[in-house]
Amino acid sequence: MTDVSAGDGPVTDVPPPATPRQDLVDRLLAGDRRALARVLTRIENGDRVGAAASARLYAHGGRAHVVGVTGPPGAGKSTLVGALIGAYREQGRSVGVVAVDPSSPMSGGATLGDRIRMGAWHGDDQVFVRSMASRGHGGGVARATTDLVDALDAAGFNPVIVETVGAGQGEIDVAALTHTTLLVQVPGTGDAVQTLKAGGLEVGDILVVGKGDLPGAAGLEADLRGMLTLAEPDPPSRRAVPGQDAWPVRVIRVSAQTQEGVAELADAIDAHRAHLARSGEIVTRLRARAEATLLARLRALLEAQVAGTTADRRVADAVAAVAARTRTPDEALASVLTVLAERGAPWAGAAANNRSASFGRR
Amino acid sequence: MEASDVGPGGAGSSDVWGARDDARARPIKVLVAKPGLDGHDRGAKVMARAMRDAGFEVVYTGLFQTPEMIASAAAQEDVDVVGLSILSGAHLTLFPLIMDALRERGVDDVLVVAGGTIPAEDLAEVEAMGVAAVFGPGTPMRTAIQFIRERTPRRDEP
Repeated sequence: MTDVSAGDGPVTDVPPPATPRQDLVDRLLAGDRRALARVLTRIENGDRVGAAASARLYAHGGRAHVVGVTGPPGAGKSTLVGALIGAYREQGRSVGVVAVDPSSPMSGGATLGDRIRMGAWHGDDQVFVRSMASRGHGGGVARATTDLVDALDAAGFNPVIVETVGAGQGEIDVAALTHTTLLVQVPGTGDAVQTLKAGGLEVGDILVVGKGDLPGAAGLEADLRGMLTLAEPDPPSRRAVPGQDAWPVRVIRVSAQTQEGVAELADAIDAHRAHLARSGEIVTRLRARAEATLLARLRALLEAQVAGTTADRRVADAVAAVAARTRTPDEALASVLTVLAERGAPWAGAAANNRSASFGRR
Repeated sequence: MEASDVGPGGAGSSDVWGARDDARARPIKVLVAKPGLDGHDRGAKVMARAMRDAGFEVVYTGLFQTPEMIASAAAQEDVDVVGLSILSGAHLTLFPLIMDALRERGVDDVLVVAGGTIPAEDLAEVEAMGVAAVFGPGTPMRTAIQFIRERTPRRDEP
């Protein structure tokens, strides 16, 4: 077995943690919020302590309802999450939040500005808000987001809310790691044709018309409802269990300003959770989530491995040749695969052979 | 071996200040807060931007923060650095409350720095509270960034 991690990237085969590290997890499980914060950092960094903590915490998770909130930048996602926290606290429920903002592709830095909208609960230890940078991960969440959610779940927060990077039409990874996905739309961003487009609108279990007090909100609500009536009752994009009714996607207009719709939204999230349990769809979703998590880990390992090849001179030469248009990207790929195979990735050699065999047919 | 375990765009990237941060396992995480009642946040935003461009992860909490809000955010976010921007003149009142609130929440190993209008005659007192540096008007951003880079505590062990 070759070491595919080559010392880089997330660590999967982790030695048993030393005693003080176990204490950190024990403190987390006992309700120590500072220990929780520390564990989240280590998990986010993907280091050995974090991996060991994740492994121990996994058995304690699976209780929380995980709610994803996605939508375009400035749609009011953070403000909506702030309003939802209020609704849940009124019901006596604790709330964990993981709020993701983008990392700079230039500097690696980030401005994390989500908790500014959630400041009302700073003295309440039943509310825990954690900001994280996407650190180069696409799809609207960070690589470690799902592990942070699991840690908050293990710490007893329920629900756990994941707020994505301001997302356009295609960043839908959040749907794979949550039970209920809220898609926030706001007035003034296009006509009814926009509501027909694929992507985010397909993964929303609840479509939220944000800034519901603004002019145009009622029109957007009508457009979204109209769009939903155009679909078959059970379109393939919904993940219903055969023989069971699909969840009827809801459209809810919310104004965090006036609080209109906030309680209704919290109720709709509960109704969706009940639907998942009653219909058995929760099983499908949990399996999809597990698959997405495993594939994401595999991808991270492969990415770390691939990133390591750019230091090799042959790859640098291939890059230069592609830039100069003396080789096509497909031709240059052979060099990368050769380097990968030499660095101990057995699949790369096979892929290189397949490619050269099939190249003429492309 | 490269410190690539933070992924693309992580600590391994070079930044606008020309430095590389390979030795560090992750980007430095900084809380930027405006304690008290002055509404002048341009300096805080300029610094937040500069630190972002230096490869730091900056949690921006905005205006009118109470000591409890600042301490709570610093604890939950597990930041390495707390940056306080104050132009109201209330630093001798608010800073001790902030330092106490941080300690109460177990945030006892962060680098605390300040910026804004703090008169020279107050500097000794402010530093005695545990504020590591005061970056007054006219401080080059490079100076502040460099200071934070050098003085941020390493916390690789729990």
